[in-house]
Amino acid sequence: MPFNQKHLLGIEHLSPSEITTLLEAGESFLEISTREVKKVPIFRGKTIVNLFFEPSTRTRSSFELAAKRLSSDILNFSSQSSSVVKGESLKDTVRNLEAMNVDTLIIRHSCSGAPHYVTTFCQSHVINAGDGPHEHPTQALLDAFTIKQEKKKLENLKVVIVGDILHSRVARSNIFLLTKLGAHVVLVGPPSLVPVEFKKFGVDIDYNLDRALEKADVIMMLRIQSERQQKNYFPSIREYINLYSLNPKRYRRAKKDAIIMHPGPINRGVELSTDLADSAKSMILKQVEHGIAIRMAVLYLLMGGKEREIID
Amino acid sequence: MKLLIKNGRVIDPASRTDETLDILIDRGKITEVKDKIEDKDARVLEASRLVVAPGFIDMHTHLREPGQEYKETIKTGSRAAAKGGFTSIACMPNTQPVNDNRGTTEYILSQAKKSAVTNIFPIAAVSKEQKGKILTDMADIAEGGAVAFSDDGNPVANSQIMRRALEYSKIVDTPVIDHCEDKQLSEDGMMHEGYYSYLFGLKGIPSTSEEVMVSRNLSLARKAETPIHLAHISTKGSVEFIQQAKEKKIPVTAEVTPHHLFLTDASLKTYDPNLKVNPPLRSEEDVQSLMEGVKKGILDVFATDHAPHAFDEKDTEFDLAPFGINGLETAVSLILDRLVKKNLISISRFVQMISTTPASIFKLENKGNISPGADADLTILNLHKEITVDVNQFESKSRNSPFHGWKLRGAPVITIVGGKIVYSLQKH
Amino acid sequence: MEDKTKEKVKARVMDSRKIKRVLHRMTTEIIEHNRNLKNLVIVGIRTRGIYLGKRISAQIKEMENIEIPVGVLDITLYRDDFSELESQHMVKKTEINFSVANKDILLVDDVLFTGRTIRAAMDSIIDLGRPQTIQLLILIDRGHRELPIRAHYVGKFLPTSKREIVHVRLKEIDDKDEVLISEPTGIK
Repeated sequence: MPFNQKHLLGIEHLSPSEITTLLEAGESFLEISTREVKKVPIFRGKTIVNLFFEPSTRTRSSFELAAKRLSSDILNFSSQSSSVVKGESLKDTVRNLEAMNVDTLIIRHSCSGAPHYVTTFCQSHVINAGDGPHEHPTQALLDAFTIKQEKKKLENLKVVIVGDILHSRVARSNIFLLTKLGAHVVLVGPPSLVPVEFKKFGVDIDYNLDRALEKADVIMMLRIQSERQQKNYFPSIREYINLYSLNPKRYRRAKKDAIIMHPGPINRGVELSTDLADSAKSMILKQVEHGIAIRMAVLYLLMGGKEREIID
Repeated sequence: MKLLIKNGRVIDPASRTDETLDILIDRGKITEVKDKIEDKDARVLEASRLVVAPGFIDMHTHLREPGQEYKETIKTGSRAAAKGGFTSIACMPNTQPVNDNRGTTEYILSQAKKSAVTNIFPIAAVSKEQKGKILTDMADIAEGGAVAFSDDGNPVANSQIMRRALEYSKIVDTPVIDHCEDKQLSEDGMMHEGYYSYLFGLKGIPSTSEEVMVSRNLSLARKAETPIHLAHISTKGSVEFIQQAKEKKIPVTAEVTPHHLFLTDASLKTYDPNLKVNPPLRSEEDVQSLMEGVKKGILDVFATDHAPHAFDEKDTEFDLAPFGINGLETAVSLILDRLVKKNLISISRFVQMISTTPASIFKLENKGNISPGADADLTILNLHKEITVDVNQFESKSRNSPFHGWKLRGAPVITIVGGKIVYSLQKH
Repeated sequence: MEDKTKEKVKARVMDSRKIKRVLHRMTTEIIEHNRNLKNLVIVGIRTRGIYLGKRISAQIKEMENIEIPVGVLDITLYRDDFSELESQHMVKKTEINFSVANKDILLVDDVLFTGRTIRAAMDSIIDLGRPQTIQLLILIDRGHRELPIRAHYVGKFLPTSKREIVHVRLKEIDDKDEVLISEPTGIK
């Protein structure tokens, strides 16, 4: 099944078979990072730009290594060191970069839809590396990849996603992906951060973490930002920890072999206890490792071959 | 110079007229309306197969002058109005400086006299600098020519100030208009809060942010026994509140815009900043309720909320774009195509909501009707004219319309202000 | 573009018996040529190189009772014509579960044509480690080389025109063993 997309803007518009193609390609790329020479020559002479308007270490480095392991040149552009601070518009920034004949733009931006907007005026491939609270497709892909590596399947798994669902692009992309591939997703968090309308995405909602954890195969914890407490989404961090932090006692309610995931960075002792974060059930570092393979697969499938240019 | 409009289908809800009549105009006034007028001195305008209506009045526009002439001026805004079939437009006070004093009101009127092709009616601020703290000198400003008072986009948050404004407006006998929004509930939202805002990851503006203020305003108007006009109503809950208020004879009128009637939040999947507007495009359910409100007479007025913005301001990330839709040149055709053509409302009801009722809210006795002695402001429509909206043909300085490319049936073809033809479509 | 789906078979140049005989002959040559067979590893190029490699490994086991490991190489990421490919090429796994350093590598493929696949395969192997030697085994050498590459072991030299297509079919995936020459019947 070929992957006929020019851009990767989100999971929501992808078909289950396109997602499966991406996940399967990830398998082929996983091995390359374990070699002595962690590099293949396929994208020699290609130029990829990391265009990050928000701070990020994990995602940016992961894309950078993925691009380098495919032998592409990569340019790191972050808003702190660019003319954006001088007030250059996103459009002008992108057009100037394109004038340097780049092939692919990887965009992280605080505004939802910013990568979509960029595709309306640029020729390059665009990959969404996180846009506002909207989507973070490669994170969802690497999460699904990790679940598949551990559980050998996604269908009928109970995946509990806990935390600030409202503001989380990771949650959205995961909801879209996991429901498309037949997992049972349960969203957990304070009602102010888990709007009821999310049920329309084909998930269940529970405000009680203990109850939701029963028979869970996968527990995905999200980072909780203190900014939310300041805006009264919940009364205090203490209360949040009491209700929604994952600790060993709570973890025992899930299935014996339940795995724990977190997109990072973790607030140790807040959403996730340190002993669990460092336990054998924690997939956190595996997620990071798989991130590179998945991003290599995404770059390969978007930039490879001529077919998309004809279709587009 | 006399003007004789012959054989038009005259629609005048004020006199419950819907028949083929001739209209004679002399020195800016309508002098005669009857079957078969002959006048050798008059220039004859043949209007058979056309609808002749009292000039349309837009209660809600933003002309940006003074202060933001790069977006729109009184001249370009009035030309856009004339092309869109409006003979009078009322402009909101959020200019720079804010129209919160008689001097600015008079400045706008003097600019209008110099450059406008339509009537311009300034709406002055309720509070100084629209800050919601100190009332403006309403009597003085009304004498200077303001037809209404509103803090529009910075609505009066303090209920005590709003109560005082409503009470005080009895002196001037001009209505207070409120943009109903609780800014705390809207926070930094930018589209309707609901399924689609969660899907697109855009921060939501809940329906309640409008509804709590509609409810508050209705309570205050009931207590003060003063008319209040509610701008651009957008939610089902608001329509229900207004319906109940009208049943209790609370003196309220309410307007609705074409974009709230013909677009929904689902359309934002393109992240097109031209769809960013406040109040936001609501859900399908809200749209259905607004339609019912129009049909049942709960909503009284069609207004455009014409909000021009420069191209670059809207050519950006959705979050960063300003709110507002360019409305003067599309409103009439949209309503004719989507409501009148489909027989959802009659042509008379349409004219009532866009001319008769606005004139009566603003207490413009010589406007909004076609009878001898009235101002010769007329809008002539061709209900069968097919048009394609093309923002590049706009008279407005700005192009921020989400309706670009829409094919519509029914259009204003001649606009007459004070007996003078200010706009005429080549082939009508 | 030529419609490559339509083609006419011109000749059946090998059948199951012939393929078996040729593989047997080449295995004998390999054993003769490699005094230290224990240092030999086989790397089959996807897809049919894998099965040829496995058959040779089995043959060596039969003749010398030595296990020769067989690895699988996917050369997609090393192709030099990548951006000219008309359709997307799915990357499959490279599965070489042994070290190639200081080994004698027997690279196996079904058809040798321009030589570009072999160039890519050699680059790929060298990225995995530094082998002692790389030898090349080919079932069909059809000529038209574009790079200075020559096979050590050749099943059959088959002069062809550039237009012609050589199909190697192996029963592991194609139900039967045979080698065909065909020609597109589309636009000339």
